[in-house]
Amino acid sequence: MKRVSQKAWWLVLPVVVLVGFNAIVPLMAVVNYSVQETFGNNRFFFEGVKWFDEVVNSPRFYGALRRQLLFTAIVLLIQVPLGMAIALAMPRRGVWASACLVLMSMPLLIPWNVVGAIWNIFALPDLGLLGWALNAMGINYNFTRQPLAAWATLVAMDVWHWTSLVALLAYAGLSAIPDAYYRAAKIDGASAWAVFRYVQLPKMKHVLTIAILLRFMDSFMIYTEAVVLTGGGPGNATTFLSIDLVKLALGQFDLGPAAAMSLIYFLIILLLSWVFYRVMTRDEAPG
Amino acid sequence: MRRLKWLVPTLYIAFLMLPIYWLLCMSFKNTNEILGSLTLWPRNFTLENYQKIFTDPTWYRGYINSLIYVVINTVLSIAVALPAAYAFSRYRFMGDKHLFFWLLSNRMAPPAVFALPFFQLYSAVGLFDTHIAVALAHCLFNVPLAVWILEGFMSGVPKELDELAFIDGYSFPQFFRKFLLPAIASGIGVAAFFCFMFSWVELLLAKTLTSVDAKPIAATMTRTASTSGYELGLLAAAGALTIVPGAFVIYFVRNYIAKGFSLGRV
Repeated sequence: MKRVSQKAWWLVLPVVVLVGFNAIVPLMAVVNYSVQETFGNNRFFFEGVKWFDEVVNSPRFYGALRRQLLFTAIVLLIQVPLGMAIALAMPRRGVWASACLVLMSMPLLIPWNVVGAIWNIFALPDLGLLGWALNAMGINYNFTRQPLAAWATLVAMDVWHWTSLVALLAYAGLSAIPDAYYRAAKIDGASAWAVFRYVQLPKMKHVLTIAILLRFMDSFMIYTEAVVLTGGGPGNATTFLSIDLVKLALGQFDLGPAAAMSLIYFLIILLLSWVFYRVMTRDEAPG
Repeated sequence: MRRLKWLVPTLYIAFLMLPIYWLLCMSFKNTNEILGSLTLWPRNFTLENYQKIFTDPTWYRGYINSLIYVVINTVLSIAVALPAAYAFSRYRFMGDKHLFFWLLSNRMAPPAVFALPFFQLYSAVGLFDTHIAVALAHCLFNVPLAVWILEGFMSGVPKELDELAFIDGYSFPQFFRKFLLPAIASGIGVAAFFCFMFSWVELLLAKTLTSVDAKPIAATMTRTASTSGYELGLLAAAGALTIVPGAFVIYFVRNYIAKGFSLGRV
């Protein structure tokens, strides 16, 4: 049992001050903008829920939201099973295991705009290896002109960038299974599927929860890589929520609607993360 | 079936390496070769792109700027997260669960939401275009993560260690330095790795909070990309160099990566 001690607050105080400075002041600024209108000169007028009304009734917001949900769903559906498959097939120990871990971590440590730049250079229809190879095979491919090609390239890039995170987490879960479990399963004559279903999957459950949560949050916030690769285009085909938000706030300087959209966006992430978390930890004892 | 198992990771790693190979390949070509017909490896191997980066201050200063704010951020995040993680792992106090969730919720905040208010906040306190500003801003998502990881590792340390140390008459700071820190050394390494990683790869906030003096390398690259299509080789070389610090850090923590990615909770 943990001891009850209010003095522990002193230990968390630095964190609260630091994160609070960064989180609360800007968040209050966003809340402020979301209910006010300005005509310049730093004069603001209270507008109530006008901007929220405008955002929830605008087709532009729903377009971005729909594209965002579709993108997140696609990358989760590819990355989670693929990451698990890779983790199951990886060597358990030895030099090869270390080599796999190091090589797989590489994409995770590349700055996000460089990830976009790498894929841009890789997929350029005339100068890139991928674009050149596809066109040489007779497939008409140009991600700056064709919405479908832009989507496919973005999904491929995200899979390239983040599948390793799922694989490494699943691998960590698998490494924690004692060999005795496998021997017991063998004695019982369990099939490979049964071993997966009753030994490996339950052990991976916790880390998979973390993996899915992290992947959900981060794919829902995708900005830099997509901007560098497609810039939200062609047209609006790949304009996701963050890209739309930055266009609105820094491009057009429509602070009120941008702030209202920010808050709605943040709430959607919080709500969905919470739902995910509850669903995936449902069976565990409350702790 | 069993014998073909090695194929899955091998194919996957090949898929990971292909775009990186192409980046390296481009970085060793000169502009003529890039714009000419496509070659699968550099025919006229050249280092002029790298030479340009190492001699032009606007390029290499970018790397120095990025490294400065990443290091400040990592040190700061770990320093404040250590006592907090101890509090969360050992004590119950008023509002502890709410506080923990509030911290984590900052990890869920899209940087795009905070870009403009951050710009105004740091301009108002006179820190705009300094390394400190970026380091502090990145604390928004790195501190919660560091607390989360360190709390996981500390919970793995038996509580008897604390009690024995206090019975032996060690003060709290002494106990922290002599017993707790060595016991979770690998956890600190992993947390530092994650802070380094997320601060190194983030661009939106780093770009918003800087203009000249603290401009990160990533922002220098976007400028080049947008102004001239003829500098693809240079861009590739700059990109290739941004992979180096990451690769270096991975090598050091390679034995803890698996545990670290599960945030110490396996």
